[in-house]
Amino acid sequence: MSSGRNQQDWTKPAAMAIPKGGFLKDKVEQGRYGPIFPKTPACYGFSILAKVIPGREERFYEYARNIEQAVAAQPDCLAVLKLHYLRWVLFPIKGDTYFMYQGIFDTDFDKYTEDAVALFGATGLKTVFENLEGFPADWQTNAPAFVKFVREHQCPSFLEYGEYPYVSAEEIKKALRLKAAFSDMLDQMQ
Amino acid sequence: MLEFDDIQHILLMRVPALTGRYEFLSFRSATGGRAWLSAIREKVQSAAEVRVSVEKEKRWVTVAFTWNGLRALGVDEASLASFPEEFRQGMVARAEMLGDTGANHPDNWVGGLATPDLHAIAILFAGDEAERERCVTEHNKFIAQCKDVEVLSSLDLAAVPPFIYAHDHFGYRDRLSQPVIEGGGELPTPGSGAPLKPGEFILGYPDERGPPTNLPQPEILSRNGSYMAHRRLQEHVGRFRDFLRQNAATPEEQELLAAKLMGRWRSGAPLVLSPDKDDPILGADPKRNNDFNYKEMDPQGYAVPLGSHARRMNPRDTAANMNRRRMIRRGATYGPYLPEDAPEDGVERGIAAFVICASLIRQFEFAQNVWANDRNFHELGNERDPVIGNQDGTLEFKIPKRPIRKKITGLPVFTTVRGGAYFFLPGIKALRYLATLGDVR
Repeated sequence: MSSGRNQQDWTKPAAMAIPKGGFLKDKVEQGRYGPIFPKTPACYGFSILAKVIPGREERFYEYARNIEQAVAAQPDCLAVLKLHYLRWVLFPIKGDTYFMYQGIFDTDFDKYTEDAVALFGATGLKTVFENLEGFPADWQTNAPAFVKFVREHQCPSFLEYGEYPYVSAEEIKKALRLKAAFSDMLDQMQ
Repeated sequence: MLEFDDIQHILLMRVPALTGRYEFLSFRSATGGRAWLSAIREKVQSAAEVRVSVEKEKRWVTVAFTWNGLRALGVDEASLASFPEEFRQGMVARAEMLGDTGANHPDNWVGGLATPDLHAIAILFAGDEAERERCVTEHNKFIAQCKDVEVLSSLDLAAVPPFIYAHDHFGYRDRLSQPVIEGGGELPTPGSGAPLKPGEFILGYPDERGPPTNLPQPEILSRNGSYMAHRRLQEHVGRFRDFLRQNAATPEEQELLAAKLMGRWRSGAPLVLSPDKDDPILGADPKRNNDFNYKEMDPQGYAVPLGSHARRMNPRDTAANMNRRRMIRRGATYGPYLPEDAPEDGVERGIAAFVICASLIRQFEFAQNVWANDRNFHELGNERDPVIGNQDGTLEFKIPKRPIRKKITGLPVFTTVRGGAYFFLPGIKALRYLATLGDVR
């Protein structure tokens, strides 16, 4: 259950130090699939790190092109994830390739897990996670196994910062729409 | 093809009951529990039976079990472990996530529903009071002979007058907007969408994603079964009526305020189709009373507030993967009717409902956790479902209106959770399997 919008002032940049393990003491909220990582001045988010199955690196670049095309064709195709930003990164450690998937979004991941699984399963959005070691082969029919993998590979932040803390993507878009509407109104009054 | 003769009738049909009773049971021994089940299962009707007999029958019986109940009957550990985690944990362990905190917390539940001793429920729906009395007397006599079966509590059901159509104590028409199952024999009413794959509600069939997977074992136990989330919600009728009177000047405005909380007029007429005045003929017309959407017809919520109960529980075209989130609702009202001009009398009355679905975590718990209790649903900021959400008197309810919206602050608590449980609703053959577990096979 969401504790809802943090009432902090968006005009005041804020930072939050997060204890080891990723959860705030005495304030761990329960989601359907277990405890939820806290909302910070940088909203909800995850940083999933996992080892790439050797020889599969090229699949990630292919996947990037697919996602680019899918979003261009249907700009709201990821809307259900309530995202601000996503970053996909590949990096080497001792000759192996590792993958980092970092997202910043407005709702805890648990809430829309099944929707996310359905989304990844949809045509053109086959998850690149299939190329990671330990990813469950039956992920499309087994949301709990998918969640378990994500949780096991999540590296929680120990510090997060927001220049305009706790503001949702929807609120930002609303403000920009309002700005555009005012500009238009002023133009019409010339 | 659905196996109608193996599916308990409650899953597929509503029966014309005006009264009834729930009995919450505990088994002190596996043999005692199985002896009770062996006898009661003869009374449990399948969907096929009720289809041909509904006109002449006057009583309908359903039985279901908690996970602890399946264990108490002697189901082996490997089979018990094959049930989904949320069902194994039970509703009490899921309380915080479901919003059952504060006054709704299981510590405050009644009837032994929050204890691990709750093993089974026997649901009786009856056509009239005399039949209910007859069945209760018969069951009491039988229970007295079952030395290892204890009745933890019971709840007498009663329809709320006038009996022209089903409605709750607040006066809202019920039984609108139910999902239709493919092959179930019913045709969806206009606006209700295509029939859904049976696996969304019945175990062992394809669902909206594909073939069935991860079913509890053995197959005889899970096939044609389902899960039922039970919710016993006390309705604070006096407080609700006071709220309407305090926040709206005329009877017409009070009706409109009641409609805004729900998303429909109390007659059932959808606000999207009749935003300014009630239309009871529309409310009663199944061909028209569900034929609307939100995204195109009411995107800002000028007719139906974004946070209203109906818009949260069935966001229609404003949510993703709706076909994976639908639920079948059954149940009844309990407690005495509070006459319109009477003050609150302190007597408990409310709804004792069942939400039936193939996945508690994906369907019931999602609806409860996200749709009902996410304060930020549709960016509302500080709201929860005004009817079933976890309210504590500090939240808001915003009613979009041109030029300026109306914001109600400090929305009162209209309902309190008095009990609940997760039950597994076995098929007819599974009931026999459970009843004969101890026998040599």
